[in-house]
Amino acid sequence: MAFEYAPAPESRAVVDIAPSYGLFIDGEFTEASGGKVFKTISPSTEEVLSEVAQGSAEDVDRAVKAARKAFEKWSALPGAERAKYLFRIARIIQERSRELAVLETLDNGKPIKETRDADLPLVAAHFFYYAGWADKLDHAGYGANPRPLGVAGQVIPWNFPLLMLAWKIAPALATGNTVVLKPAETTPLSALFFADICRQAGLPKGVVNIVTGDGTTGAALVAHEGVNKVAFTGSTAVGKAIARTVAGTDKKLTLELGGKGANIVFDDAPIDQAVEGIVNGIFFNQGQVCCAGSRLLVQESIHDELLDSLKRRLSTLRLGDPLDKNTDIGAINSAEQLARITELADSGETEGAERWAPACELPENGFWFRPTLFTGVTQAHRIAREEIFGPVLSVLTFRTPGEAVAKANNSQYGLSAGIWTEKGSRMLAVAGKLRAGVIWANTFNKFDPTSPFGGFKESGFGREGGRHGLEAYLDV
Amino acid sequence: MSERLTVFKTYKLFVGGKFPRSESGRVYEVTDSKGNWLANAPLSSRKDARDAVVAARKAVGGWSGATAYNRGQVLYRVAEMLEGRRDQFAAEVAEAEGLSKAKAAAQVDAAIDRWVWYAGWTDKIGQITGATNPVAGPFFNVSSTEPTGVVAVLAPQESSFLGLVSVIAPAIATGNTVVVVASEKAPLPALSLGEVLATSDVPGGVVNVLSGRTAEIAPSLAAHQDVNAIDLAGADAGLAKELEIAAADNLKRVLRPQAVDWAVTPGTDRMTAFLETRTVWHPTGSLGAGGSSY
Repeated sequence: MAFEYAPAPESRAVVDIAPSYGLFIDGEFTEASGGKVFKTISPSTEEVLSEVAQGSAEDVDRAVKAARKAFEKWSALPGAERAKYLFRIARIIQERSRELAVLETLDNGKPIKETRDADLPLVAAHFFYYAGWADKLDHAGYGANPRPLGVAGQVIPWNFPLLMLAWKIAPALATGNTVVLKPAETTPLSALFFADICRQAGLPKGVVNIVTGDGTTGAALVAHEGVNKVAFTGSTAVGKAIARTVAGTDKKLTLELGGKGANIVFDDAPIDQAVEGIVNGIFFNQGQVCCAGSRLLVQESIHDELLDSLKRRLSTLRLGDPLDKNTDIGAINSAEQLARITELADSGETEGAERWAPACELPENGFWFRPTLFTGVTQAHRIAREEIFGPVLSVLTFRTPGEAVAKANNSQYGLSAGIWTEKGSRMLAVAGKLRAGVIWANTFNKFDPTSPFGGFKESGFGREGGRHGLEAYLDV
Repeated sequence: MSERLTVFKTYKLFVGGKFPRSESGRVYEVTDSKGNWLANAPLSSRKDARDAVVAARKAVGGWSGATAYNRGQVLYRVAEMLEGRRDQFAAEVAEAEGLSKAKAAAQVDAAIDRWVWYAGWTDKIGQITGATNPVAGPFFNVSSTEPTGVVAVLAPQESSFLGLVSVIAPAIATGNTVVVVASEKAPLPALSLGEVLATSDVPGGVVNVLSGRTAEIAPSLAAHQDVNAIDLAGADAGLAKELEIAAADNLKRVLRPQAVDWAVTPGTDRMTAFLETRTVWHPTGSLGAGGSSY
């Protein structure tokens, strides 16, 4: 017999969420010029967590001006001094990591075991990594004394709110830029807590500015004349709109956009490890990951065996309270995203693919979607072409490595891919032919600050992380 | 006895390793700097541009799949062929740009040297753009670069040969294939370069040369869904903005026009602009007490 899991909830007491937050401009919290606010809720319960200011174009202007003013002194600081500020921030993040992990889980809906074990350690690691670059930029391969660009306008998504902030802010500050960051509308809280970390670290006023708001706020930031660099992570559609906005200007642009990653399993792959990798690839963060392995390409000869194992494994996943330490699948970030996932999954059925999901109860409140897989998927199906950004796996088959490569590359996207095989030469040959920026072989969804991340094709351009990530913030 | 009448050359496009006339059947008059007729150059149409993209796409696999050493060998061979035709190019550049013989020859010398410089980069650029990344975990993690694919290049308008070579060579040295729109008023050196490439060992389609109106040809290249990147060197500010907007449609990599002194040894940015970084992770088994780990 199987024992039931006892509830193992993480305590909320470590987080003190204020009833309302303003914009963080020039080192001060301030109200939005229009006085408009919006509510941020917990996707797992729909409980209102706080009220947040809706930044207007005027607020964006104030923030950019503050960043411009701060840029002179910040960029003139010796790299070693900037390094120590980043080092302070990294340490404070480590100190407050439990608080931030709980906060992120509340505001985003992702399981605490992911915020605690993946997001927060990586957030701190990014600040440590780029702290180390700040005083070594002459050695980065971009010539002697490379110069910062100025004010960076950064717009980030809701799937990894604090991690994406770290990916954007750490290299920007290390290279001597100042920033105006617009967090996602549904997950603004951790960025506002980060403002407090900047305060604790004694970061000069105006070096980091946080302007909360919706898409219009982001659009105003991207279009602002005083912005020298635009960095965006989000959907391909918005990325294209941003590319049009900055056309004809001197603004440097990097885009991290959507994906439809192929996870390729060859017949000699270790099945149990592959199953774990497939689960990690598509169900990590409820599949709300641009580099998710959302297309499973299985060699025909092992299809049935692999699917049996996969279904057995999916039946053991625990869906529910994201604050429970034993939860594998948390809530979908918003009602809007849930509707999109539902619509696309339904199209899978309509178009003739076979739908399967393990039996599991969904909580009454909040936004939930069962881990779902589709078999009998063809390349023409929408569920094989469009990014679902949810816990939905489409399974296709192939016979030869050449066919696997052709199917994997048959996508507008080119962000990630997975390869499962015990044969090294095959792994290297296939990796060399896949048009994707990140290839995980016999593993999946691994991230590290030292490791460049970014896409080919319509998954965007530029790389974040590693030495490569510095280029986006330097005048080279 | 009368002076010998010279034989004129019919200048043709260079597409897919062949020398077609423009699909449009149109030509335009190319003159020297004083307005004297030099030749009728093909006035390329949008169809010519599309044909060139098809040829360039077809060539990507072979060219990007060749070893870096092999690409270097081929590009060195091009330099040798250029050296042999040095006088022809000097005469064409002198006429095109209204330069003295000596100044035109200096431009051609610089262009040949530039070609050699980029030829030498083929098997080195990957070493300065790649990395092994010391990640915090038991993984072998390596980043390497690879070509973006088909690059549309609008050649600089003023520097008909040195400028041209300075934008083509970096794109193909890294394994991309190119559709280049020659300088509008001085296209002849570019069309002659096609003849050199055809007699070197450059596979057909790796470089495709179009002549005509930049503003007419460029929009279809910027909007083409099978073009991966565009170098706007030869576009003025207004056209460049329009093309950059069109290029956003499939998120082409865009190299904006910039002030460049073509005579100065360039940096690596014209190569890195058309490279993608791919990072491959693999677990490392730990031998010994810990056992292996996946």
